[in-house]
Amino acid sequence: MRPRHHRTAAAALACGALLLAACGTDDGATTTPTSSGSPAADDCAKDKLRLVTPGVLTIGTDKPAYPPYFVDDDPSNGKGFESGVAYGVAERLAFTKDQVKWVVVPFNSSYAPGKKNFDFDINQISITPERQKVVDFSKGYYDVSQAVVALKGSKGAAAKTLADLKGLKLGAQVGTTSLKYLQDVVQPTTKASVFDDTNGAKQSLQNGQLDAIVVDLPTAFYVTAAEIDNSVIVGQFPAEAGSEQFGLLFEKGNPLVTCVNLALDELIAAKRLQALADEYLGSGAGVPTFR
Amino acid sequence: MTVGGAPVAVPVAGPVVDAGRRAYLRRRARRDVLVATVSTLAFFAAVGWAVTRTPGWPRVQETFFSGADFRVSAPDVARAFWLNVRIFLVAEPAILVLALVVALLRGLQAPILLPLRVVSAVFTDVFRGIPTLLLVYLFGFGIPALRISGLTTSALVWGTVALVLSYSAYVAEVYRAGIDSVHPSQRAAARSLGLTGLQTTRYVVLPQAIRRVVPPLLNDFVSLQKDTALVAVLGPIEALRQAGIYASFNFNYTSYIVAALLFIGLTIPLARFTDWLLARQRRRQAAGAVV
Amino acid sequence: MLEIAGVHKAFGPVPVLRGIDLQVDTHEVVAVIGPSGCGKSTLLRCVNLLEPIDAGAIRLDGVDVSAPGAPADPVRRRVGIVFQSFNLFPHMTVLGNVTLAPRKVLGQSVDQARHSARALLDRFGLADRAGEYPDRLSGGQQQRVAIVRALAMEPDIMLFDEVTSALDPELVGEVLDVVRELKDAGLTMLLATHEMAFARDVATRVAFLDAGVVLEEGPPEQVLGEPREPRTRQFLQRVVASGRL
Repeated sequence: MRPRHHRTAAAALACGALLLAACGTDDGATTTPTSSGSPAADDCAKDKLRLVTPGVLTIGTDKPAYPPYFVDDDPSNGKGFESGVAYGVAERLAFTKDQVKWVVVPFNSSYAPGKKNFDFDINQISITPERQKVVDFSKGYYDVSQAVVALKGSKGAAAKTLADLKGLKLGAQVGTTSLKYLQDVVQPTTKASVFDDTNGAKQSLQNGQLDAIVVDLPTAFYVTAAEIDNSVIVGQFPAEAGSEQFGLLFEKGNPLVTCVNLALDELIAAKRLQALADEYLGSGAGVPTFR
Repeated sequence: MTVGGAPVAVPVAGPVVDAGRRAYLRRRARRDVLVATVSTLAFFAAVGWAVTRTPGWPRVQETFFSGADFRVSAPDVARAFWLNVRIFLVAEPAILVLALVVALLRGLQAPILLPLRVVSAVFTDVFRGIPTLLLVYLFGFGIPALRISGLTTSALVWGTVALVLSYSAYVAEVYRAGIDSVHPSQRAAARSLGLTGLQTTRYVVLPQAIRRVVPPLLNDFVSLQKDTALVAVLGPIEALRQAGIYASFNFNYTSYIVAALLFIGLTIPLARFTDWLLARQRRRQAAGAVV
Repeated sequence: MLEIAGVHKAFGPVPVLRGIDLQVDTHEVVAVIGPSGCGKSTLLRCVNLLEPIDAGAIRLDGVDVSAPGAPADPVRRRVGIVFQSFNLFPHMTVLGNVTLAPRKVLGQSVDQARHSARALLDRFGLADRAGEYPDRLSGGQQQRVAIVRALAMEPDIMLFDEVTSALDPELVGEVLDVVRELKDAGLTMLLATHEMAFARDVATRVAFLDAGVVLEEGPPEQVLGEPREPRTRQFLQRVVASGRL
């Protein structure tokens, strides 16, 4: 019997030691080399870029891809604001149209840890400091305004001030600046309804289950013009320029950001971004602002 | 036995005790416990060690198991979880009752009651056949869209109705299995005593049927607890949705772990309570030792 | 009191009872014997209307209770039955089993029903078992409880369907003692049984059932001692050979 007892005791000690070791902190974090100093133009030559698939620019976006950011749920047709921005960046990086590949990336997966299957993601993602801790963003390519949409003649359509909005049943899409605005600024007395995507919000509005929904201004234009017949844009929220911007999303530490930022600079200088915005997103000039 | 003609009491030997054997069995039992404990610890230590040595572990730990994000998101998620609990507390009794009605209707014999039997069968087929999520959409968005005056448009109410209908179909079949498992001789005995069909069902068949199906009923309870999250697609903010809101703003999944722990926390007491109920029943009713 | 006239019963294409004529007068104890499958159990189940009959009549005090469409529950209140497999309700205590029908069918209050139940249980030596669940009792005790349960309804006539067949030999005696006592108390009874010695001891009349008809009928000394029919003799010889006389 004796030898057996010794053996089990020894095993216990060994396993205890292992357990302690496993609980210790591990500082083997993955690091990727960051480029130092400002890159020369030829650092962004196509063959020098770090890509998921060499020679191909892989861009991610969600499905369905909503207008006016995309058209016909087909990012590769080049139509829609974000499709236009994506192809503009690709062109500046010397990719032809057939060297651009689109992959479906549900919003919730875009920030998941692990290797990404895209070079960057374009999906109306607002740049925020919290998010920047986890992923890298390009510079902003659009200043976002939030707007309120309601059915004509409804309680929601009659709202004029932020205080008016407080008493309404409101809804917004999860993960959007609209929702953040709702929760942080409007703070309605009845808890807001939150949806996976704008479809749920629109359906709820049409059913009369909500008084109004909050969406970004371009979406508000599209919804009132083409999607819900008797709807109106009730107003937009005051936004300081540059406060909320859409950015392209990259895996943390991806050196491609610098080259893409260069490309965006060129597009801004050539007024391409403005032209795309004018064509697809409309202007908030005629829309009243809530105070 | 007699001694000198008079009967003498014979000392009766008590249970035979072998001290050596007892001591050996005690030592063996102690050794078995030690081996089991060590083996369990070693296994989990090994798994833990293997997982934490993977290259992606630090990122995963930050993303899923971040202490700071846990603390920040927990209060909101816990508050939202209260909605899941309320939905469950309302839906479960409704399901137990509706399912029983459906199950009993199915068993009606009288020819004039055939329409009720058919309704019950159709109910079960339809509401088991359609995915629960689809039912939530159909009822939560579909019914309010009909704009029937006097009928609430509350997404929460109709979402809960959808859950109740869906689960009642499953639970009705569980009840039916229980009822069918009660031997016909029980019904014969009850009827022979003069009890009516209804009295027989109520006092003799159902009590036995329900006791038999407590485990599968519990299974359905647990499933329902988690499916309360489905109402989120209609707008109401329940725990999983709140976790998603946090995750999408902070690009961190730890809030989902909070939600998961809350769900488990709800399930485990229920499971232990059911175990206790069944054990008590076995103790009182079963003959002799429970093998 | 009980008249079984020309009763026919078939299960599907298989005829089991082919015209049974039998009478049980008040205070009589009639034992029905016969080979397996002769229809003894079926006959008893037809009497308390658990099985519908195909033809003939079952009359209780002259009233045809087997007429199609006649309500069965009132009949079952007057006719008690005890089964071979006891059929106690496992989810109720002994007391619960006994008081259920008096409370729900006869409308007795809980106290009333319990009082009568305890008296009955006491009479048959089961008083200390009142709070137990059936599975904890021995077979003999369970069968006695089943008898008490049926008696609690104060039936006019009691049917016993092979009530000792499922019991170990040592336990048979206690159940037969109960039946004997009931006979002494004047209860009208119809028994289906394999226990020939018991039939001879307790029955006022014995009927031999064979191939769906009553082949021979008469006092026990005659049917069991000097049977007229050759098949009766054959049957009894087999029973003697197997040691059950």
